[in-house]
Amino acid sequence: MRRLILILVPYLWLLALFLVPFLIVVKISLSDVALARPPYFPQLDLSGGWAAIRDFVAELDFENFAFLASDDLYWKAYLSSLRIALISTLLTLLIGFPVAYGMASARPEWRPTLMMLVILPFWTSFLIRVYSWMGILSQNGLLNTFLLWTGVISEPLTIMNTEIAVYIGIVYTYLPFMILPIYATLEKLDGSLLEAAEDLGCSRTSAFWLVTVPLSKPGIIAGCFLVFIPAIGEFVIPSLLGGSDTLMIGKVLWEEFFNNRDWPVASAVAVVLLAILIIPIVLFQRNEQKNREAGQ
Amino acid sequence: MRRMSGFNIVSLTFGLAFLYLPMVVLVIYSFNASKLVTVWAGFSTQWYGELIRNEAFLDAALVTLKVGLISSTIATVLGTMAAWILVRSGRFLGRTLFSGMIYAPLVMPEVITGLSLLLLFIGIDLDRGVLTIVLAHTTFSMCYVSVVVSSRLASFDTSLEEAALDLGCTPWQSFRLVTLPIIAPAVISGWLLAFTLSLDDLVIASFAAGPSSTTLPMKIFSAVRLGVSPEINALSTIMIGIVATGVILFSLMSKRATIRQQQEERDAARSEA
Repeated sequence: MRRLILILVPYLWLLALFLVPFLIVVKISLSDVALARPPYFPQLDLSGGWAAIRDFVAELDFENFAFLASDDLYWKAYLSSLRIALISTLLTLLIGFPVAYGMASARPEWRPTLMMLVILPFWTSFLIRVYSWMGILSQNGLLNTFLLWTGVISEPLTIMNTEIAVYIGIVYTYLPFMILPIYATLEKLDGSLLEAAEDLGCSRTSAFWLVTVPLSKPGIIAGCFLVFIPAIGEFVIPSLLGGSDTLMIGKVLWEEFFNNRDWPVASAVAVVLLAILIIPIVLFQRNEQKNREAGQ
Repeated sequence: MRRMSGFNIVSLTFGLAFLYLPMVVLVIYSFNASKLVTVWAGFSTQWYGELIRNEAFLDAALVTLKVGLISSTIATVLGTMAAWILVRSGRFLGRTLFSGMIYAPLVMPEVITGLSLLLLFIGIDLDRGVLTIVLAHTTFSMCYVSVVVSSRLASFDTSLEEAALDLGCTPWQSFRLVTLPIIAPAVISGWLLAFTLSLDDLVIASFAAGPSSTTLPMKIFSAVRLGVSPEINALSTIMIGIVATGVILFSLMSKRATIRQQQEERDAARSEA
């Protein structure tokens, strides 16, 4: 009995505040926009009995999804979100791997401090970390002032409100998510394997590519997914650092809902976004499962 | 791993500089007398003064703190329960759905979580305000808490609980006297994580909040949307300071606690022998 209550409380909470809301999104994505309160049609009226439910279901259609497919704004937004997420994931890996490698080769008594230095930004407000780049990247910002002063450039660079600023923002905010899983695999790496490779005639560089990189693959894959998955639906970074031509689907959804007040289309955007995300999420879960089994 | 090479030192230095430089710049410029970012016009604390006099920020900060404290506390209770179910309850009807609902919010884009909750609140005619933000934050942060707590639960020795039950404890007593003290560090970390996530959240709160309740991130977002603001620099500096002090204190405390626990375990092992 007590066990039942223990299970029921969090179970019902998640059903009511996670699953049901999502089903409502699916339902509204099949509805039509209407000039009413709430601004969509049809409304479900359970007091009408079975006939009302049948009529209600008959009114639902896939019109919004057809609209998403026909309007190239949405296609372009999905594709450019995927592209931006992919490029920033690769950039994060490029910067994150050497840092993780450096941490793992530091003296053991230094490692907890380095760990904390990498985790600390994660506890600091995400919004503030994104905002901190606005003063650096703007037309007359710190970076341009510095580069003009050193004479590297003669005209200020336009970085703010472009896709480049979005890349910088994503790489910056998600870097700890890349460093930590890679560091976790590198730290466990058995140094004698590298010595063996060198004894057998490998150069240090080829030992790195033939031993270290393959053995840290689980961490690299985990880190890439941890950056890639949230980056696709990102809203804050493109809206603060990106320009009006930076298309990202999280921003499109927000504007569709708050500015255009088109709830059915916003819901359809959400459903398609989730359908796209399911592929990397399932792959990520498999990778984690495999690591757990390998660890046991 | 092998010794530090020059390359490793360079990449570590660059990596950490990249992580910290923007925040350092923000802190320095919060003391700038000029309103412009690029011009240094001398040291001044005037933006802090204006920040304190700005009641809208103070109100938003209070709302944020209230939401954070309530939602992270409920989330810790629910999340610990959920972790217990995942690790100890064995099979039950709908277990797969349950673990799915625990892990899905972790990877769900915030815009979707926010949108779906807003549509629910409107569907059941719930007035949007502090209550709805608390409900929204509790829901996603309980999932983080349960992940943190369940990893601790999975790694500890169940024979201790069994011993307590054999010695006549009720299941509740064995949980309170044996399990809880052991998983306490994870529960506290979970609470801190939930609290930070709640303080930090902009997107979900924007959907869940009504016109009368504005949280600090919402206030900051609308202030910086059009460009850099020196008041926000001052506010950011205060927030960075609080977080840095908190994290450093907490990590020192937990380090000391781990050392003590290891010492006790060693002593116990010795007295057994």
